[in-house]
Amino acid sequence: MRYRPGQEVRVAARPHVGHHRTPAYLKGKTGTVMRVHPSFLNPESRANGKDGLPKQPLYFVSFQQSDIWPEYRGDPADRLYVDVFEHWLDDAG
Amino acid sequence: MSSYGHDHENHEHPHESLTDSGEPAAAARVRALVDLLVEKGVVESQDVREQIDWLVSRSPGDGARLVARAWVDPEFKQRLLADARAAALELGLDPGPSPVVVALENTETVHHMVVCTLCSCYPRALLGPPPDWYKDFPYRSRAVADPRGVLDEFGVHLDEGVELRVVDSTADIRYLVIPRRPAGTEALREEELAALVTRDSMIGVSIPAPSPIAA
Repeated sequence: MRYRPGQEVRVAARPHVGHHRTPAYLKGKTGTVMRVHPSFLNPESRANGKDGLPKQPLYFVSFQQSDIWPEYRGDPADRLYVDVFEHWLDDAG
Repeated sequence: MSSYGHDHENHEHPHESLTDSGEPAAAARVRALVDLLVEKGVVESQDVREQIDWLVSRSPGDGARLVARAWVDPEFKQRLLADARAAALELGLDPGPSPVVVALENTETVHHMVVCTLCSCYPRALLGPPPDWYKDFPYRSRAVADPRGVLDEFGVHLDEGVELRVVDSTADIRYLVIPRRPAGTEALREEELAALVTRDSMIGVSIPAPSPIAA
């Protein structure tokens, strides 16, 4: 696994045709790894009838709401936590 | 939270007939899919039946038992926060097929709410089938972009300075909120406390009341 809790990561902004589990609203956004989950079968591969291997590490990543939604009306401390697979993350910072 | 109502004058898009005696379009689609999967030998119809039976047999009462135990037993709460799957097994509850279940503790300063923007991921084993609004587009989109507005509509007003954490369950992990124990419940037994813990409070869109009958 490439990342550890506390590291800054950027969600890849690439488009993807077909099933994937990276929400569009996160593409290109920077967050902080909060926890490292176990690795799981790759949902993009499985959606195409393949075996999902190699397994992909999964991270619980925290984002500042105001970074994601420019119009966000709420507390500046509010955060959004999302599970993101490793192959959708790049180093940031 | 249905919000699809619209003016019925001067519009031309087709509507599904309400008067057909046949099954709803979604049910017909599911049936066609099941037929195909059975025909191709991917599943057996008995598997599908058993999964449905299992799903509808689940209830938020199981999640409520976890929460109530955590309220009365701080050591259990720590185990629940460390590994909710193991904590559920410890109480003899079925944590479901997800290899990781995470409990999120609401405190004086942090409030969690859970959504699945991509579909309808939900800790079904511990909370039962999700409510319809959880699967509908308005909640799924607004819970991430305007969560305080959504909470407002559910009647939840967070105190000043409370950090709101929205968790979008996009993958294999299932999330369950541990709501705060209501004030004035010190004398209640664990079973009485469990009766206060509602499904919605474990999604994070409501706050348990101090007594099961709303005042």
